Amino acid sequence: MRYSIFGLARQALSGHRGWQPAWRDAAPKPAYDVIIIGGGGHGLSTAHYLAKEHGITSVAVLEKGYIGSGNAGRNTTIIRSNYLLPGNNPFYEWSMKLWEGLEQDLNYNTMVSQRGVLNLFHSDAERDAAARRGNAMRMHGVDAELLDADGVRRLLPILDFENARFPIKGGLLQRRGGTARHDAVVWGYARAASSRGVDIVQNCEVTGFIREGSRIVGVETTRGPIRAKKIGMAVAGSSSRVAAMAGLRLPIESHVLQAFVSEAIKPCIPNVVTFGAGHFYISQSDKGGLVFGGDIDGYNSYAQRGNMPMVENVCEGGMALLPWIGRLRMLRSWGGIMDMSMDGSPIIDRTPVDGLYLNSGWCYGGFKATPASGWCFAHLIARDEPFKVAAAYRLDRFSSGHLIDERGQGAQPNLH
Amino acid sequence: MRIPCPFCGARDLSEFAYLGDADVERPDPAAPDAEKRFFEAVYLRDNPAGPHDELWQHAAGCRSWLRVTRNTLTHEILGASLARKPR
Repeated sequence: MRYSIFGLARQALSGHRGWQPAWRDAAPKPAYDVIIIGGGGHGLSTAHYLAKEHGITSVAVLEKGYIGSGNAGRNTTIIRSNYLLPGNNPFYEWSMKLWEGLEQDLNYNTMVSQRGVLNLFHSDAERDAAARRGNAMRMHGVDAELLDADGVRRLLPILDFENARFPIKGGLLQRRGGTARHDAVVWGYARAASSRGVDIVQNCEVTGFIREGSRIVGVETTRGPIRAKKIGMAVAGSSSRVAAMAGLRLPIESHVLQAFVSEAIKPCIPNVVTFGAGHFYISQSDKGGLVFGGDIDGYNSYAQRGNMPMVENVCEGGMALLPWIGRLRMLRSWGGIMDMSMDGSPIIDRTPVDGLYLNSGWCYGGFKATPASGWCFAHLIARDEPFKVAAAYRLDRFSSGHLIDERGQGAQPNLH
Repeated sequence: MRIPCPFCGARDLSEFAYLGDADVERPDPAAPDAEKRFFEAVYLRDNPAGPHDELWQHAAGCRSWLRVTRNTLTHEILGASLARKPR
């Protein structure tokens, strides 16, 4: 069923009794051409692009819980491509361009809102770094504007500009950045993939791999064995656990990242804003809640919930930027399990095991990468060669020394 | 999370700094396969879901390095000892 204004009018006249489920909740078949492990945004977008761009429709997406129940439902919904390094920037810009056409591609309202992403700076040195980043972006064909304090004041008069310790000197603005509706992205990709014949299998946990010689030819699951010619992993925080079943050790640690939402208030923050003197980012949802977050807690975790010291740390960042948010009540906080790679950048590559492909290491940045991650992973699986913008995301870059360390922090996940 | 420091008793998480997997050891740089072993020591991790031996420093306390066993699924602390103690 294609969604349109006429379809909506027809349904309205018939009391909205004719709506069909958006996608099929399939039972697993014994064999497929491709299995994608993980029914989050990345797994579902991979299935969509496999079907649409490469004509591979014998695809199953296996999800342990329900689709979008992991990090796809736990992020702060920010999309942007304000990256510095040559290995990163073209990939995230590819993602940004896919976001810009996503609703037409999927025929689904993913609520992509290009409200702008503003990275504040508070010192001359930070201004220089922002200018360098902005120049690098523009040389890659990405939009970037360096604002002075007055420019920021016109956008966001509500910030604390005269903070004694961290006065706001300006910001680097990417107007094309913004937010999208995370659940709608999951549902939109699921619907588009399902309509092309992809099976979305829920409550189906992968418990092992089926091998023939050195090759992996299928998976054992809680709903029985399923065979496939090629198997892709897009399981984010559980990457090490699934890879261990195939005998692989990854350059990944799993860490918990918390996010928060306040009670709903009237519109006051029109953009996504990041604090430059700490790790704090904030935007306002369409319902009015302030959605914000900060750093990972900093220790290995699979618990999907964090601890109080990081709650305090994030809120201190918020208070330094917007002292008035101390008057708001926090509505909810939650945690997601990040697949922190050792250089802070993702991996989209074949593995040393034949038939097994890896999509992992998204750190904090998985949501904005959802379209390009699926696009590039589908290309890799279908053609056995990397798509041009993801060619740097190799698994062997850690042993060869070709790290992509966007923050220049070194090989410690809790520094990224 | 409260970590039972052998010197100071159970203390809040905020007093501690985290380093990571306690079983990572610096390889012998003179070994013939030193390059491969340094790569493994610097980058590869078991990253288990469940009990995990890890190094914490009581940075805002006695400054001891501790070997803490913690369940990464529940954050339950299963034990803590001085890291320098021979295993």
